[in-house]
Amino acid sequence: MRMRKRLVWTASGTAMGVPVSGALASGWNMPVGVTDLSRDIHGLHMAIFWICVVIGIVVFGALFYSLFRYRRSRGAKPSAFHEHTTVEVIWTIVPLLILVVIAIPATATLKSMYDASDADMEVMITGQQWRWRYEYRGEEVSFISSLATPREQIAGQQEKGEHYLLEVDRSLVLPVDRKVRLLLTSDDVIHSWWVPELGVKQDAIPGFVNENWVRINEPGIYRGQCAELCGRDHGFMPVVVEAVEPERFDAWLAERQAEAAEAAMGLDREWAMDELMARGEQVYGTICASCHQPDGSGNPPVFPALAGNQALLDDRERHIETVIDGIAGSAMPGFANTLDPAEIAAVITYERNAWGNEAGDTVQPSAIAERLAD
Amino acid sequence: MASHLPPKSTTQHSQPTSAGVAAEPHSPPGGLKRWLLTTNHKDIGTLYMLLSLAMFFIGGLFAMVVRAELFQPGLQLVEPEFFNQMTTMHGLIMIFGAVMPAFVGLANWMVPLQIGAPDMALPRLNNFSFWLLPVAFTLLLSTFFMPGGAPNFGWTSYAPLSTTYSPPSTTFFILSLHLAGISSILGAINIIATILNLRAPGMRLMDMPLFVWTWLITAFLLIAVMPVLAGVITMMLMDINFGTSFFNAAGGGDPVLFQHLFWFFGHPEVYIMILPAFGIVSVIIPTFARKPLFGYASMVYATASIAILSFLVWAHHMFTVGLPLVAELFFMYSTMLIAVPTGVKVFNWVTTLFRGSITFEPPMLFALAFVVLFTIGGFSGLMLAISPADFQYHDTYFVVAHFHYVLVPGAVFAIMAGVYYWLPKWTGHYPHLRLSQWHFWLSVIGVNLTFFPMHFAGLAGMPRRIPDYALQFADFNMITSIGAFLFGLSQLLFVVVVVMCVRGGEKAPARAWDGAEDLEWTVPSPAPLHTFETPPEFVPRQH
Repeated sequence: MRMRKRLVWTASGTAMGVPVSGALASGWNMPVGVTDLSRDIHGLHMAIFWICVVIGIVVFGALFYSLFRYRRSRGAKPSAFHEHTTVEVIWTIVPLLILVVIAIPATATLKSMYDASDADMEVMITGQQWRWRYEYRGEEVSFISSLATPREQIAGQQEKGEHYLLEVDRSLVLPVDRKVRLLLTSDDVIHSWWVPELGVKQDAIPGFVNENWVRINEPGIYRGQCAELCGRDHGFMPVVVEAVEPERFDAWLAERQAEAAEAAMGLDREWAMDELMARGEQVYGTICASCHQPDGSGNPPVFPALAGNQALLDDRERHIETVIDGIAGSAMPGFANTLDPAEIAAVITYERNAWGNEAGDTVQPSAIAERLAD
Repeated sequence: MASHLPPKSTTQHSQPTSAGVAAEPHSPPGGLKRWLLTTNHKDIGTLYMLLSLAMFFIGGLFAMVVRAELFQPGLQLVEPEFFNQMTTMHGLIMIFGAVMPAFVGLANWMVPLQIGAPDMALPRLNNFSFWLLPVAFTLLLSTFFMPGGAPNFGWTSYAPLSTTYSPPSTTFFILSLHLAGISSILGAINIIATILNLRAPGMRLMDMPLFVWTWLITAFLLIAVMPVLAGVITMMLMDINFGTSFFNAAGGGDPVLFQHLFWFFGHPEVYIMILPAFGIVSVIIPTFARKPLFGYASMVYATASIAILSFLVWAHHMFTVGLPLVAELFFMYSTMLIAVPTGVKVFNWVTTLFRGSITFEPPMLFALAFVVLFTIGGFSGLMLAISPADFQYHDTYFVVAHFHYVLVPGAVFAIMAGVYYWLPKWTGHYPHLRLSQWHFWLSVIGVNLTFFPMHFAGLAGMPRRIPDYALQFADFNMITSIGAFLFGLSQLLFVVVVVMCVRGGEKAPARAWDGAEDLEWTVPSPAPLHTFETPPEFVPRQH
């Protein structure tokens, strides 16, 4: 029997081994990562893994030895012993000691993970269905980062790219060798921000601000994903962190600040319909289309249709209010803190004049800016 | 098929026997009424087992849809929305519909027989607890046909995804869980009342077979935590329908409170699904090693310790929600501590085999596979307990691998071991040997092919509950899907074996297995409708 068991195991092991070799190149273990903490975590992971392997060899060794040695077909006569206090005490105490040995380094690592003090900078990470918003605190720079993989690749109409589902339109740029404090929250449901190579996974919870930190040792691009089920497109909200030298980071940040200042200047002037529609289509595509669909047909009953929604077209005030403040108790979040006034104005204008909707009016960025200022 | 399961009393059973089987006082009604109105523990046990089998296949079908979609990267078969309904309903149906009712069914059949009781202590309540379940699961499955579809927020139903952002059918999901919960509580009360009051004269608590012991402890767990589940889903109900804000941050509520309450139920719940499995394995291994269970008393104490610890470890499911450091440390240490009594159990099983006289009948095959594969699940559990490492493992396929190892080759294999072990007692026939062996080996290969690669996918960075994945996970997922199809198909063989066994096969004597010692083997096979109407003589063994 045991021979057969071994045979089957070998066979299934081989069957698994062949395709697994292909996956080996891209890794089948936890990455060591590029922070001191991710290295510590990896060390703990391997330590506890090898402890389990050793215990496994002892226990399974004894099990299979007994199965082989004491099978009745070999003429084994049963003995009747059923108790042995010393042995039972030993195998209660020894595992306890092993646990203490592993608990000591685990406690130390956990303590450093929880020490986010003395950070050089802070990034606020806000989860939204289904994208991330990054805000460099005190730097007047913030942007939204969403999936860049084209729908055609997901649907199989196009060859899948190298970083299929792990690519975004704008990555989170961070400096190496600086301690970055990460603050995490959410606008809607619970998300979880995870980059394996940084050793960071932290839930982003509405109404809470969680804290974590990272000090990256090596420049590079590190990819991860949302780890907490957050609704339909949970599988489609990747995280990409681009770690660069501090000088390059400072230059990048200055550039972003200049861009933000420029965008703020556009608020005073009158925007043309074409301009608003073009900008609005862009915003709608990245923000609204995932729920209300690219053609505005929505996904009732949770996500109502916008195309042909007469109630919305008749009540321009309500439309503006809904986009800015959201609808309490529903899946519709407010975008007052997510989008800038020009974007809000543009997307409302777009929704009122696209897919056969014919409100004919524009919503001006200056009007939105005024409302937000109140 | 109903007329074959289990045999109605016939004249051949109406003679009193030495095992205390008395003449039938009355014959049960025939047809549908027999099953609707039955208060007989054997009939109700059979009903539970059949419901569980049906749910096992429905939940399995959902898993097949999930694995078919994940066979290769890209969205091929289903929309993400429906994918989420599949994962959610797979979990709910398997936990509440397949595993729990199977254990209650086994308890109904075997607890009275193992303690020499004529029936369960509260037979009418027993009927009610069963018949709540078909109602609950009809209600749950009907949500597929409601606008917005079935629940899609994972079986863990984290708020606010399950409240503010949930489909309208969530209210029906809550109602169906309430019904299943009431059924569980009533079943648990019945089992406790039976074990504490109806043991054969002379049978002390420390003489009871371990299956009875583990069920006694499980029943207390059920009574303790099902009301917590009822509470938390009622809070969901209020948030959804009555404008409260228990879990709604915008109204001053706390989404993390949901998780604390849920896992205060949820962690004991996972032991509810494994303790009776420990009991079954602890009964089967001594039988086929022909040697008394090693460390009977320590088995009982270990089971009780695990049950008590299960109330102190819930937040290890929440290591990444932003708990304070002291809480992380507390829950890490308490979780690691569970390895100690669990280890004691595994060591006891191995030592029971040592210097035995071992044979490998189908129940033993499943019990041995349980010991090995459950231990592998225990190892990954120990790894998950290490909080810093859990920050990387959490919500990945590593976790999926872990809990499927303890639930499928763990709980489900133990249930199958129990079914193969007691089928001769239920039907009077041995299950077909060759087919049972085929079922076992295909299941073992399938289960490992399915769940082992998940460890690697998770460590390499694949989150759970995603309908599509990055290209580096493609190989692991393809192997997993192939394994899942193999495992799923081989379960059809199980049905064939069971149906064949009900219809005929090699006749089994009262003591169907030569090493079997407990009281159920003193009544004829198949067990007549009424047994132990006169309490049996109980002679304690040498524990």
